[in-house]
Amino acid sequence: MSAEVAEKEFNIDTVDNAAASPDVELPWAELGLKQNEFEEIVKILGRRPTAAELAMYSVMWSEHCSYKSTKNHLRQFGQKVTEEMKKDLMVGIGENAGVTDLGDGWAVTFKIESHNSPSFVEPYQGAATGIGGIVRDIISMGARPVAVMDPLRFGAIDHPDSQRVVHGVVSGIGGYGNSLGLPNIGGETVFDPIYQGNPLVNALAVGTLRHEDLRLANASGVGNKVVLFGARTGGDGIGGASVLASESFDDTKPSKRPAVQVGDPFAEKVLIECCLELFKNSLVEGIQDLGAAGISCATSELASNGEGGMRVELTDVLLRDPTLTPGEILMSESQERMMAVVTPENVAAFEAVMAKWNVEYSWLGEVTDDDRLIITWNGEVIVDVDPKTVAHDGPVYDRPYARPEWQDALQADTFRGSVNAAILPSTGDELKAAVLELIASPNMCSKNWITDQYDRYVGGNTALSSPDDAGVVRVDEESGLGVAIATDANGRYTYLDPYAGAQLALAESYRNVATSGAVPAAVSDCLNYGSPEDSDVMWQLAEGIRGLSDACMELGVPVTGGNVSLYNQTGDKAIHPTPVVATLGKFDDVARRTPSGWRPDADGQAIYLLGETYDELDGSEFANLRGHLGGLPPKVDLAKERLLGELLINASRDGMIDAAHDLSEGGLAAALNEMVLRYGVGARVALDDLCERDGIDAFTALFSESQARAVVAVPRSEEVRFNDMVGARGYAVTRLGVVDAESGALEVQGQFTATIDELREAHEGTLPKYFG
Amino acid sequence: MTDLPLIGDYSTPTTELSGARIGVVTFPGTLDDRDAARGVRMAGGEAVALWHADEDLQGVDAVVIPGGFSYGDYLRAGAIARFAPMMDRIIDAANSDAKLPVLGICNGFQILTEAHLLPGSMVKNDHLKFICRDQILRVENNTTAWTNQFAAGQEISIPLKNQDGQYVADEKVLDELEAEGRVVFRYVGWNPNGSRRDIAGISNAAGNVVGLMPHPEHAVEAGYGPDHTGTDGLGFFTSVLTQLVGGTK
Repeated sequence: MSAEVAEKEFNIDTVDNAAASPDVELPWAELGLKQNEFEEIVKILGRRPTAAELAMYSVMWSEHCSYKSTKNHLRQFGQKVTEEMKKDLMVGIGENAGVTDLGDGWAVTFKIESHNSPSFVEPYQGAATGIGGIVRDIISMGARPVAVMDPLRFGAIDHPDSQRVVHGVVSGIGGYGNSLGLPNIGGETVFDPIYQGNPLVNALAVGTLRHEDLRLANASGVGNKVVLFGARTGGDGIGGASVLASESFDDTKPSKRPAVQVGDPFAEKVLIECCLELFKNSLVEGIQDLGAAGISCATSELASNGEGGMRVELTDVLLRDPTLTPGEILMSESQERMMAVVTPENVAAFEAVMAKWNVEYSWLGEVTDDDRLIITWNGEVIVDVDPKTVAHDGPVYDRPYARPEWQDALQADTFRGSVNAAILPSTGDELKAAVLELIASPNMCSKNWITDQYDRYVGGNTALSSPDDAGVVRVDEESGLGVAIATDANGRYTYLDPYAGAQLALAESYRNVATSGAVPAAVSDCLNYGSPEDSDVMWQLAEGIRGLSDACMELGVPVTGGNVSLYNQTGDKAIHPTPVVATLGKFDDVARRTPSGWRPDADGQAIYLLGETYDELDGSEFANLRGHLGGLPPKVDLAKERLLGELLINASRDGMIDAAHDLSEGGLAAALNEMVLRYGVGARVALDDLCERDGIDAFTALFSESQARAVVAVPRSEEVRFNDMVGARGYAVTRLGVVDAESGALEVQGQFTATIDELREAHEGTLPKYFG
Repeated sequence: MTDLPLIGDYSTPTTELSGARIGVVTFPGTLDDRDAARGVRMAGGEAVALWHADEDLQGVDAVVIPGGFSYGDYLRAGAIARFAPMMDRIIDAANSDAKLPVLGICNGFQILTEAHLLPGSMVKNDHLKFICRDQILRVENNTTAWTNQFAAGQEISIPLKNQDGQYVADEKVLDELEAEGRVVFRYVGWNPNGSRRDIAGISNAAGNVVGLMPHPEHAVEAGYGPDHTGTDGLGFFTSVLTQLVGGTK
């Protein structure tokens, strides 16, 4: 169908038309707007909105784009910040991604986002475009993306639908990320029936840039040109816009499928290289990626962040489907598109870069000297708004929240008070069986089946990756300057105590980064919760944000950006509150990173446990194995976390440790197993001193999930120095045993011996058994 | 055979090698071009960027076609890249009397088979998944331009990462490859993709063109290779540099 024919089919709702026909019924409810929100739009405009304006407001004022339920709470991330925390922060919350100074003229930008709901509907494309979207956020800051990570939550491992979701999500992440040439350096995978109809697919990307390459999303400079480039605009991801079909006279048009966007990683890879060439030659003044809300978001954000207004001709947008209406074009979430502002002098050079990379582009309009965003269709004005009212002045709600009535009963139901307490493993054989059961369980088993489908090598700068505690990437090949990133969350802990649970997520990712040897510097978070219209869930959310912001302040790491994903529930059943926290750390030289296991040449090195072990099994993986969830999560002690972090970083910097692994889910049992299996080198340990000092039995020593702990391997020559350092800081430490490269086993003296083959079979067999 | 140069020790014979210029081709969708250039530099050579749409080989002494997903590999891996102007020049130079040394890695190997510089083809892995792992290979032929610094039968460990890595050819071609010593690398321990006769890499009859699925350029620097220590991939690059300065063969 030619564009000419299409034109005639539209009943274009112009601004003049809207002013002249105030009583036309508009489908605002179908577009997800509430009555008060629609009335607010009419008030702002002084007339009814046009169909195109309605499309823009509805999508920009959605929960996803406007954060209307959480804005009042999220403010705390900006408020609970000291001057010291801001020191290295170049760009904070609000831009496409936060930017942190790395030193030597380098900066790093990273962000984590959700793509949960699309990944349930269409797992492959949902997960793939989740990667695509977060990578474009990183490019729009002027950075070269250098790595990705994926924290995942699936339903029960043996549920039939998990076959569809797990295979689709993993191959989607691999299919898109591998084709971009970005190493996938970590993440986490959790199975729990609570996520059955609401899997969580979060995606993190990190990029690096020179200070002078920093770009922001704003349109400034009257007369500068606005250009849309990359893939063409199609009917994918339009969602609710189909109700605007009243714009059309007939229903013979192609259907607006699919509701989930379809990704083209090749187009994105070309877009990355093309954008980097634009940045290198300083050819763009402002740039914005197109993600949620497509052109609506890009034009209103660019225009409202800049100094002037913007005028855009919508028929100049290159289309895949010529029958799209103006409203649909404005809402389309077609992937692999970018919008930029270019000075008239740079137009020719810009076009030359597009030609080199074979990227399509079209000039849509220019920056104007008033404060209006004006969008025309064949010269007729169909949008005339103050862009700030679209992008920033959306509704804000103080949703009611209250501590759920059931919370007290939940916290009173401890593991030790449950029927399970009578049948805990205590003999050596029972403990061995429990350890093997733990390390084979869906959450604690090896995730190699997943990570082996991701390229971890491309780029040649990956210094650590899964299963190490953090992913580590070199930024500067000359100096070795680099970054470490770890993502963590424990939905069970957060369900038991939403405030503490969010802090524990930060504590673990902070600890993981420090364990790798990096200095924690910044945080990005992805808050996955149920419906904010449920006061129980809203309380979990409010407590989570309060807890996380308090903890960030105490640990001195600022939140630089992130994302909120709400309505993750089926009927009344919400997911466990799952605040995924990503901590970024800095390395002066990644050569001193600490791997999570000992190598054969570490034979004879001493194995130490840092920190104290309490009777903390509530919410643990062991309790989970027994089907119990109740009580209180492990105690949070951020001062201890900070001190432990300093010890691990100093030990790495001064060459006192050759391996380190933090203790978290699965406790000491999981950590020892993972350290042995990392390079297939055995160990001999004894728990007697630990049990005596902390007043616990061997079972508790192995399975408690007390925080602020790590296991390290110390060369014999460094033992005195290491003990002096730890002793001087007053940190609890106990010598567990030695690395034994000859034994081929993990021996817990007086309890049991498990050969490496036994451990490996248990640990690595689970995912292949279910997923092939 | 000369001693394998160590990283950072370019005294002999690499003072001469530094004069050698190795081209690294970039197509739209190429991913490992920077890694391949690093491999060349680490071995002591000079890496020269070659753009797919150009027709000038810039006088390079050898060419690496690196891995990636050229043109998205949506049609068939390497099928479109094979028609790039730069490929015409590479095909001519490889078949000329000068026998330009050419190494195709992963997508580069696929492109070389599409260009008929090497026989056979790659299809989807037999397990249908992308796979990334540290892979052990046996060097079956250490007389090619790209393997002369390895010992015959030497086992090396370099990363493997691909979706379409299953090498297939008809029995006659496979028998010929075996008979002429043109199976250059074989998978050891486990065949990760169902390749016929465990073949990981092959050469043309003259030995100047070699293609393989695993990635030597990801194993050239201690700290970033297999298990963060392996540098077995460096031998590919020192081999071609050594041959170029007449160090061996």
